[in-house]
Amino acid sequence: MTLGRRTQFTALQVLSYIVLAVSVAGVVVAFFDGPRTFTQVLVIGLSNGALYALIALGYTMVYGIIELINFAHGDLFMLGSVLAAIFLEERLNQTKSSPTAWLLLAVVMLAVMAACAAFNVTIEKLAYRRLRNAPKLAPLITAVGVSFILQNIGILLNGSAPNSRASVLPQSSLKVGSIEIRVKYIIVIAITIPLLLLMTWIVQKTRTGKAMRATAQDRDASLLMGINVDKIISYTFALGGALAGAAGTMFVQVNGQTRYDAGFRLGLIAFTAAVLGGVGNLLGAVIGGVLIGVIQSLNDSGLGFFPGQKWTQTVLFGILILMIIFRPGGIFGTHQQEKV
Amino acid sequence: MMTAITTAIIFIGCTAGMYYFYKMAPARAALGGFALALAFALPHLWFTKETDGFLPLFTIVLCAVYALFALGLNIVVGFAGLLDLGYVAFFLVGAYVGAWFMSDFAVNVAKSTRDINIHILDAASAKIPGVHLSFWIVIIIAGIVAAIAGVIIGAPTLRLKSDYLALVTLGFGEILPEMFRNSDDVPPGHLNITNGTKGIGPVDRVGMGFLDYIPGIPKTIVSSDYRTKYYVILVFCGLFVWVSVKLRDGRLGRAWMAIREDELAASLMGVPLMRTKLWSYAVGAVAGGVGGAFYATIVGTVNVDGFTFAFSIIVLCAVILGGMGNVWGAILGAVVITWFNYTGLTYIGGKINGALSTDFNFINLQFGLFGLVLVLMMLFRPDGFIPAARSKQVKKAEQEVLASQEVDA
Repeated sequence: MTLGRRTQFTALQVLSYIVLAVSVAGVVVAFFDGPRTFTQVLVIGLSNGALYALIALGYTMVYGIIELINFAHGDLFMLGSVLAAIFLEERLNQTKSSPTAWLLLAVVMLAVMAACAAFNVTIEKLAYRRLRNAPKLAPLITAVGVSFILQNIGILLNGSAPNSRASVLPQSSLKVGSIEIRVKYIIVIAITIPLLLLMTWIVQKTRTGKAMRATAQDRDASLLMGINVDKIISYTFALGGALAGAAGTMFVQVNGQTRYDAGFRLGLIAFTAAVLGGVGNLLGAVIGGVLIGVIQSLNDSGLGFFPGQKWTQTVLFGILILMIIFRPGGIFGTHQQEKV
Repeated sequence: MMTAITTAIIFIGCTAGMYYFYKMAPARAALGGFALALAFALPHLWFTKETDGFLPLFTIVLCAVYALFALGLNIVVGFAGLLDLGYVAFFLVGAYVGAWFMSDFAVNVAKSTRDINIHILDAASAKIPGVHLSFWIVIIIAGIVAAIAGVIIGAPTLRLKSDYLALVTLGFGEILPEMFRNSDDVPPGHLNITNGTKGIGPVDRVGMGFLDYIPGIPKTIVSSDYRTKYYVILVFCGLFVWVSVKLRDGRLGRAWMAIREDELAASLMGVPLMRTKLWSYAVGAVAGGVGGAFYATIVGTVNVDGFTFAFSIIVLCAVILGGMGNVWGAILGAVVITWFNYTGLTYIGGKINGALSTDFNFINLQFGLFGLVLVLMMLFRPDGFIPAARSKQVKKAEQEVLASQEVDA
């Protein structure tokens, strides 16, 4: 038994090194295939990755604290994108890039973050809280159900076909040498980084953050230490929801489109990012998000021997499956034995 | 005359069924006989145009097909307690097996296969090239291929924790359609294996073989003959109910339920975890494959766009609504959900629109209603409408344990 496990382990290591070597070779080949396109693709990937990181944080925090894969999180992000588009374009009539529009975008973003936070807290209160001590299947199935309900709200608000939306971000490009980089991608990265720093600060430095970490480690002990566990869990859901709202707002601005099923796919991709970085690991989620974003945009570009857009889902979910099977603790994480 | 003899056969069948139920539990004999009679008589109950909107024959056939899917998923989710969110993968495999072996598609695969012309006991004209096997052979192939797919998907994933397992199966359910969508130009020699987004069709009719000597049964089932289609799928459902019940009460079924209740305890009792779980996947997949191949013959064209995550959720909904782990619950859930999905929602919506003279598109509420079913069932009736006998026992035992603990404290 021990011997078998050990040989399996080394085989896995060899396999993972091979996979790593192939991916690195792929990136190098892609670079020499078209250095200019490669750099542009890299920036797009970083920008998408920043959004994935925001969504992935929501998954990771919730999983860290109540060990639930919050299936509905991606759809919350979708709802955020639809709400942002409706507020900015239909209610405030902002369709062109101007200082007023940017200001209103900031206001809308805050409003959408608040709305998504409120949604997430409500969902937790109504659906997940009662099932906290139920068999593990029950909350997961509930989360799938909530995901479908949110998608339906998306259909009612947005229609069942994709809607194209105007962007108020500047559509110009920066020129660095011969490389053109769209300004909107840089703006997304610039907005995301402070949010991530704020997040880290909240979790690492504040009292509530400390309570969150304590609850994640041991719920019962935290309860005995006088931590209001219900409140802390609500708070976690609020933070995750706010990040999803921010990601949703920016997603519309960058991609110029809202669709009710965006949350399902992007949520799954973001979850892949969370798994890549190790579920429950905040920094891991951010790095995983960026990695997945870059991998996706490199793949979509079709440079080198990346298979191209037709195979996006296969590549990304393939990573998800391989990671879960071979390294469930993520690229840095150690796999924890399940408590008995 | 024809219908008279068919009715007689149905009557004999129902009586036999009632006797079977009577042997098991006398109290249930009436209910079981009634259900069986209803199942047989269902496509003959309505004839007029008005009622056709309420329960069209096509929906009845689909109800039976989904009942088969629900029975399959019930083995995985209900018996073994493994949440499979990618059941669509087996459905897809079955449907494509049906399309490959029952159409002229084989001639399009590559240049060298242009003249392929294989006919084995089939109902298609011998002039049509391609691979045409008898439906009954194809069903067996589809079941086997789906079971193999189940083992392939299950082997690396089944040692995962429940929530990770759900996501991995979901990932497979998303990857497989994409692979089939893109497999119209496979590298060694530009093989067209799945015809990409165009889909494969037309799929051959179902031949009834020697059964057509029985009056009322046609030689081949034409596309509008939903009644015969219904009876064919009903036979498969019946077969699978029998398999489910036999497995549930046997050694394997008890091992499944032990794993469902407590995996660690089960493994300590000597239940081989992997093998037992793989069996549940394989058996569950067979129903998906058989249903998929049959579905291919109903719709006539197999197109990859039809295989979505929503399908997996609809079948899951059916299993949960009826009662996880309960065979009859799964069937009831499937019938209710499928009727609602294909007919009920538009029918009820139309009535409401007519009464209020509004113009609301009720189909838009479909997703939300399924979601609501999942959430409400989990919150208020997690054991479904017809809880499995075992989960009732477990509940009772748990309460007794809790009560004794309180006494201790």
